[in-house]
Amino acid sequence: MPAIPLTKAPQPSQTKPEQIRNFCIIAHIDHGKSTLADRMLGITEVVELRNMRAQYLDRMDIERERGITIKSQAVRLPWRSGIDGQEYILNMIDTPGHVDFTYEVSRSLAACEGAVLLVDCAQGIEAQTLANLYLAMENNLTIIPVLNKIDLPAAQPEKFAEELAKLIGCQPEDCLRVSGKTGAGVTELLDQIVKQIPAPVGDPLAPTRALIFDSVYDTYRGVVTYVRVKDGHLSTRDQIQMFSTGVRHEMLEVGVISPEPMVSKGLGVGEVGYVITGVKDVRQSRVGDTITTYNNPTKVALSGYKDPRPMVFSGLFPLDGADFPLLREALDKLQLNDAALVYEPESSAALGFGFRCGFLGLLHMEIVRERLERESNLSLISTAPNVVYSVTTGDGKLLTVTNPSEYPDGKIEKVEEPIVRATVLAPSEFIGTIMELCQERRGILMGMDYLSEDRVEIRYTLPLAEIVFDFFDQLKSRTRGYASLDYEPIGEAEGDLVKVDILLQGEKVDAFSAIVHKDKAYAYGTMMTGKLRELIPRQQFEIPIQAAIGGRIIARESIRAIRKDVLAKCYGGDISRKRKLLEKQKEGKKRMKMVGRVEVPQEAFVAALTTDADIDKAKAKAKERE
Amino acid sequence: MSSLAFYVHIPYCVRRCGYCDFNTYTPGELSIDLNFRDVSRSYIDLLLQEINFARQISTAEKVPTIFFGGGTPTLMEPVDLGRVVSAIGEKFDLLPNAEVTTEANPDTVTQEKLAALRTAGINRISFGMQSATPHVLDTLDRTHNPENVLKATQWAREAGFDEISVDLIYGTPGESISDWQRSIDTALSLPITHISAYALIVESGTKLGAQVKRGDIVMPDDDETADKYLLADEKFEAAGFRWYELSNWSKPGSESRHNLAYWNGDNWWGAGPGAHSHIDGRRFWNVKHPTAYAQKMANGGDPKHEEEFLTDSQKASEEIMLKIRLADGLAFDSLTPVQIDALEGFKSQGHLIEQSWSEKRAVLTRSGRLIADRIVREILL
Repeated sequence: MPAIPLTKAPQPSQTKPEQIRNFCIIAHIDHGKSTLADRMLGITEVVELRNMRAQYLDRMDIERERGITIKSQAVRLPWRSGIDGQEYILNMIDTPGHVDFTYEVSRSLAACEGAVLLVDCAQGIEAQTLANLYLAMENNLTIIPVLNKIDLPAAQPEKFAEELAKLIGCQPEDCLRVSGKTGAGVTELLDQIVKQIPAPVGDPLAPTRALIFDSVYDTYRGVVTYVRVKDGHLSTRDQIQMFSTGVRHEMLEVGVISPEPMVSKGLGVGEVGYVITGVKDVRQSRVGDTITTYNNPTKVALSGYKDPRPMVFSGLFPLDGADFPLLREALDKLQLNDAALVYEPESSAALGFGFRCGFLGLLHMEIVRERLERESNLSLISTAPNVVYSVTTGDGKLLTVTNPSEYPDGKIEKVEEPIVRATVLAPSEFIGTIMELCQERRGILMGMDYLSEDRVEIRYTLPLAEIVFDFFDQLKSRTRGYASLDYEPIGEAEGDLVKVDILLQGEKVDAFSAIVHKDKAYAYGTMMTGKLRELIPRQQFEIPIQAAIGGRIIARESIRAIRKDVLAKCYGGDISRKRKLLEKQKEGKKRMKMVGRVEVPQEAFVAALTTDADIDKAKAKAKERE
Repeated sequence: MSSLAFYVHIPYCVRRCGYCDFNTYTPGELSIDLNFRDVSRSYIDLLLQEINFARQISTAEKVPTIFFGGGTPTLMEPVDLGRVVSAIGEKFDLLPNAEVTTEANPDTVTQEKLAALRTAGINRISFGMQSATPHVLDTLDRTHNPENVLKATQWAREAGFDEISVDLIYGTPGESISDWQRSIDTALSLPITHISAYALIVESGTKLGAQVKRGDIVMPDDDETADKYLLADEKFEAAGFRWYELSNWSKPGSESRHNLAYWNGDNWWGAGPGAHSHIDGRRFWNVKHPTAYAQKMANGGDPKHEEEFLTDSQKASEEIMLKIRLADGLAFDSLTPVQIDALEGFKSQGHLIEQSWSEKRAVLTRSGRLIADRIVREILL
C-alpha cells in the first residue's frame, strides 16, 4: 500500500529535505479543490474513513457554504511513491481562491516548490486561476496541470488540455486527468507530485528563517502561525523573533497538521507546520513576515513581505442604534483573525453611530459583513463602497479620502484614484458585450488573446471605483455567468471626479454622498433623487430632494406635502382595531431616522443603498433557505 | 344609573357589494331561502335571547338609542324588527324620546314597508345611496337606480320619518370631481336631515381589494380624495348641514345620537354575530358566523368570542382617537402638557381652530380633519 501509517512515517524535524515535497493547488471556486483534497486525505489514510466529512479542511461554516476557502492551511501527508517505492512527506498547502486575497495566495505559493493547476474540464480555466497561475510561474514553481471532474458527462478534457498546454507550454497529453469525486487518477497525481516537484533546498546550519504564510486566531490557543522553514531549524527550546517588528516571543508549541494538530520537537529545512507563541492578535504574527531565532537572528529577511492595504471602504451601521457596542465587540473579535480588516468609529447624521471599515476588496467586505451578521446576530446597513482617493486641494495640500464625507469643499487641484489591471476570461461570443461594459466603465483596452478557439482573455485597465460599483454583477449577468474576472492594483491615475451630495429639505444626507466621475454625476443624482422620492413617505410639508455638486444643483425632485391621512370610518367594531393600528404605527415612527425635520424610514435607507444586484442576491439567498 | 345603547346586527344581504368587508352573508353562502321569511323569524328569536342575556349582564336601565345595521336590516320583516324594539322596551327602560334607527336599501323599500317600520317603533332611517352616478355605482358593484333614492326618501318622509340620512361614498376609482359634485347636489336636493360621506376604503379580502392588488383598478390619488372632502364639507355647510364628526354632517339637532355614543365612549351592547360591545372599559365581541352564533345561543346564551379590558393608557388613547374627530373636539383637561405642546405645532400650521384653542379645546379645521390620524399618532403616549 502506498499509504504509510503516521507513526511509521518520517517524523517532523527528522525528515530530510530530499523526502519532502511542498505543493499547493491552484483552482477556481467550485472546480473541486476541496473534494480533491478530501480524496488525498483518504488515499494517504491520514483521515480514517469513518471520520471523513466533506470539505474536511474548510473550517468555517461560511467556507463550506460558499465553497470558498478563505484561509489557507497546510497538511502533512506521508506517501510511498508507486514509482520508486521510497517514503515521502507531501505538504499540501491550501490557497485561498479569490482575487481579494492575492497577497495571501502569493505567500502560500512562496512556501511551495510546485503547484497543481486544477481545472474543471467542463468549464475550463477562469480568470482568477489564470492570475494565480501566472503568480506561481513568476515564483518559478513547477506546475502540474490537472483536469478534474473527468467523470462528468459534460467533460471536454481534450479541449481544455489544449488550453492548459498552451498556457503553461507543455503538451496536452502531459495533463493528468482525475476525478476528485470518484478518486480516479488521484494516486497517479500523488506519484507525479513526488516525481516532478523538486525537493526543498536550504541551509540547516544558517540562522533560522521561516516564512509565515498564514496566521489564524483560535479561541483556546491564541494565534496559530503557519510557517515554512527555509533555513535553520525551529524548536520548542527557541525564543523566536519577528523580523519586521523585532518583537521576541516564547515558543509554546511547534507541530504539524496531519490533518489534526500533532505536536513535534521542531521543524527542519523544507518542513511546513505551525507554531504557537501565545500572541492574541494576528497582527503580531503577520503573513509574509520572517520568523528567526532570538539567539541567532538572520540579517536577511525572506523577500516579499507587504502590509495588507485596504482598497475598499464602506460604513457599517447597526440597524438598531443600541447594537453599536455589540458591533464594536464583533469587529474587535473578527480583527483578531483578519490582519487586513481596519475600522474606526464613524458617526453619520442619518445612520447614527457605526464604523468606517476598510477591506481588501468586495468579497472581503461581503465576508466580513456576513460574519458580523451571522456570528454576532447583528442587522447591518452598509453604505455604498468606495475606494481611496488622493485629493490635492487648491492650496496644495494632499488629502487621503476614504469617505465621501471627508472630501474637501473648497477648490480642488486634482483627484487621483486607484487603477487596476483587469483580466476577463470568457467565451468569444461575449467579446462585444464585455468591451461595451468596460468602455462604459472608463476602461482602456490593453490586449486580447485567444486561449482556445472560442475562449478569449481580454485585458483592460479600469478605475477600481468602477469595479467596486456592481461591475462584477453586470459582467456576470451580461455574459450569462460565463465570464470570470481578476484584477490587481497597478497604481493611481488622475480622474475627472466630483462629489455628489444628496440633500433632503436642504440638509445633506451623508450616507448618500458619492464620489463619481463627472460624466456620471447627473445619472447618479437623478437615480438617487428618484429612488428617494419613491421611498420617503409624504409628510406634512413639501420635501425638496436635490443632488448637488458643491453649490450647484444637478437634479431635483420633490415629495408633495401630505393632505390626507385619515380613515373615514370609526364605528363600534372599528375602535379596537383602529387603536391597535395607530399604536403600531406609532411604534414604527420610533424607528424613523430624522434628517432635519424629515422622517425617513429605515427601510428607505436600506433600499436606497441597495443595488438591484443586491436585491437579486438577497432573493436568491432567501430561496436557498426555503 | 348608567345607560346602554343597543346595536342590532342583521348579517344578511341579497348579494355582496364588491367593496364591502362587513360581517354579512348571502343566501347562497348560507343555503337559506331567498325570501328570508323563515330566517327573519328564527334569527330574531336568537336576538331576543341575547337581549335577555344582556339584561343579566348589564346594570344599566336606560336605553337612549337602538340601531339596526347590517347587512341589510330591511330583509327582516318589520314585525320582527318590532319584536326587538319591544323586547328592549320590556327588559330595559327605553326612553320615550329614544332614537331608533334602521339602515335601509333604497331599492327594496316600499311605502307599505316604511309604514310598517314606523309601526315597529323605528323613527330614523339611513339609506345607502353611495353615489348619484351610474358608472360609479357600477364600480362599487351596487345595482340600484339613482332615482330610487329620491322616491325612497320622499316615501319615508310621508311615512312619518322625521330623521332621514343618506350614506355617500367618494373616491371611487373612475369618479371625477363633477361626478362627486353631482352626488352632493343630488343628496342636498333630498328631504333629509343627515349625511354621512366616506372616502372609499379598500379592504383586503374584498373583490375590489383583489382588483386593486392585481392592478385591474387604480385607486385615485389621495390629493384628489382630499379635494373631494373639502368640496363636500363646503357644500354641506352651505346647505345648512353642520359637520359634527369627521365623516358626518347634520341639520342642527339631527346628529346621530347612537353614533355619538361610540365616539363619546358611552356603554353599548352589540347584539348579533360579530357585534362588538363596550361596557365600562371592557370590550367584547361575539362569534362571527351566524351558524356559530346560533350554536352559542343554543348552548346557554353567551355568544361572546373574545374580550379585552382596556388599560388606563388605552382608554386615554381611545379618547384622543375618537374625540379629535368630533366638532366638540378634545378638551385640554384630558391631555398632558407634552401632548398639548405637540398639538400647538399643528395649530400653528392651521390644522386646529384658533378660537377653540383659546377655549382649551383642540378642534380640527378642514385641513386638520384630513390628517386626523397623523395628529393622533403624534400625540399618542
